[in-house]
Amino acid sequence: MSSKGTLVLGVIGADIHNIGITILASALRASGFNVVSLGILVSQEEFVKAAIETAADAILVSSLCGHGELDCPGLREKCTEAGIGNILLYVGGNVVVGKQDWEPVAGKFAAMGYDRAYPPGATPQRVIEDLTADLSARVEARA
Amino acid sequence: MPITLAVDFGSTYTKVVAIDCDDELLVGVAQSPTTVGEGVMIGLERALARLEAASGVKRGDITRSVASSSAAGGLRMVAIGLVPDLTAEAARRAALGAGAKVLRAFAYELSRRDLDQLARLAPDMILLSGGTDGGERKTLIRNASALAAARLQAPIVVAGNRAAEDEVEAILSQAGLDCTIVENVLPELDRLNVEPARAAIRSIFMNRITHAKGLDQAEAFVGRIVMPTPMAVLEAARLLAAGDSGAGMGDLVVVDVGGATTDVHSIGSGAPSTPGLVPRGLPEPFAKRTVEGDLGIRVNAPTIVETAGIARVVSGLGERMNADQILARVRQLAVEVDRVPREETEHDLDAVLAGLAVDTALERHAGQVTTSYTPMGPVQLLHGKDLSTVATVIGTGGVFAYGRHPRRMLQAACYRPESPASLRPRDPALLIDRRYILFAVGLLAQIAPRAAANVMRRHLTKAEDVCDVV
Ligand code: B12
Repeated sequence: MSSKGTLVLGVIGADIHNIGITILASALRASGFNVVSLGILVSQEEFVKAAIETAADAILVSSLCGHGELDCPGLREKCTEAGIGNILLYVGGNVVVGKQDWEPVAGKFAAMGYDRAYPPGATPQRVIEDLTADLSARVEARA
Repeated sequence: MPITLAVDFGSTYTKVVAIDCDDELLVGVAQSPTTVGEGVMIGLERALARLEAASGVKRGDITRSVASSSAAGGLRMVAIGLVPDLTAEAARRAALGAGAKVLRAFAYELSRRDLDQLARLAPDMILLSGGTDGGERKTLIRNASALAAARLQAPIVVAGNRAAEDEVEAILSQAGLDCTIVENVLPELDRLNVEPARAAIRSIFMNRITHAKGLDQAEAFVGRIVMPTPMAVLEAARLLAAGDSGAGMGDLVVVDVGGATTDVHSIGSGAPSTPGLVPRGLPEPFAKRTVEGDLGIRVNAPTIVETAGIARVVSGLGERMNADQILARVRQLAVEVDRVPREETEHDLDAVLAGLAVDTALERHAGQVTTSYTPMGPVQLLHGKDLSTVATVIGTGGVFAYGRHPRRMLQAACYRPESPASLRPRDPALLIDRRYILFAVGLLAQIAPRAAANVMRRHLTKAEDVCDVV
């Protein structure tokens, strides 16, 4: 496969904000990733199943409506249970209610097992750079 | 006149349908019990003798024949995939669409126990999938190795991750197994691709399975048995929906009530009919078949009563039989599988049982709506096909051909206010295959589509017109 990696992308929980992931998906595709977009209203189980079947390298969880602290915990554990515990997990959007200090928020999502959490307004460019770095680090670690 | 003969070696009856394709006429229909033990030609000869007696069709008039079969157990298959509701389900749907009986769908890596069970099930064919194209490949390869080591005799159709197909082919052919590689049933997560697998299954059925089942003695007369019976019905549904050269009947549903099973076939995208309904889950096949192995009006008559509840049967019969009488009668039907109703209450019981089978089968086939509560208010999710706007429902099977209350039975396919989440047809035209020729139309769909479609259209009866036949 010539792609830079397979990514499963979707908006988690009861969230219908689809503009962000639409933009993100097209930017990621344009830069050479194979993007499997699950759209909106995606449950944790759907993320996990899609990642297994497509042998995804990363799951990108978008959460806009402020329910991230309710919707996001447990995904890492489900991945572990399903045999893909090492998969890269990113979360972004407006992951918590209102404007909060970012450091503690980032800490909460790190504790949930997310490799990276993004504050509101994260640019696709930054996501692409991080993914490229994280995935090639993994390839090197395996070699 | 040159006659095209369509033959079905059914599990109970061998049916023959004679059609004059030039004049687009149905010349005659006859049937006789299927004779697997003594050789299927005997049953066919008897059916042909009846056809000649009733319609004057002689052997010499028959210029070509085409046949389907569900005798000797039908086409018994096992589907294998990775995630249960992704590739394992996609493989199951492909096998069903090919007219198979799916004995079981296995997911993830096959365990020792799975392999033992597979050997016990002794399927006629295996459909092996797993992984989207470029996706997960280890499980598919391991499962291929496991099948190779188990040395099962069944031909294997491989329709999984393209990135693994070479390796899988090498593993299976080195083990001397009969394998056919086709396109993935689920190339991408949001694209179901069942046609290549269906075509491969059909070709293996035609070239090898019928031979293994001893049905090939009929081939000198009928030529190759080209497909399993349920596939012929699905092909007929497809032809009627599309029309022979456009202008067909549009989206439709066919319900086929048998003694042991009830099949539902739907043709159409099943896309949401109302805005705001969000489709979820695996994409749906345009031509979809489901089989209810627990619903049939003979062998499974007791199961229908159990599933629907005895109260609905009692009230359906207008309280003319009590619960005990009904239970005794359905137990009798389960063993007397070729029982033809003789008096009024027997006809009524058949109608009630068939109606309940149709009701339950449609409830399971049609899409379901669930509600998810979001900060913006409720969102409606669609799981499966939305059949609300389907314009036509066709009833086929012995009970529709010979039964007395076809309208009542078929009406049960429609939307019910008591079950609003089930998106069944709301206001369809109800048509009955009174001459029992739908399978023949499917068989002729390839060779004489125009004649087949026109003959069928002429012989579908509006349910209200057959409502009180005695
Ligand atoms: C448009 C919009 C809507 C539209 C959505 C239309 C649609 N089809 O998407 C509508 C009107 C339907 C809507 C509804 C609601 N909304 Co609204 N909505 C917005 C708004 C104004 C813009 C969002 C947007 O599309 N931005 C543009 C895109 C390109 O940016 P983005 O989504 O941030 O995505 C970028 C990055 O964040 C990043 N990214 C996104 N996801 C991820 C994931 C990963 C892993 C990574 C790496 C990066 C990443 O990539 C994108 C590209 O740069 C925001 C306010 C805002 N300015 O953000 C509120 C906002 C998100 N909505 C909000 C709310 C509360 C709601 C409602 C609950 C309102 C209500 N009470 O009815 C509902 C919820 C509906 C639901 N079930 O989800 C709040 C959320 C509050 C919070 N988090 O604390 C916000 C922040 C407004 C606010 N300031 O209060 N909304």
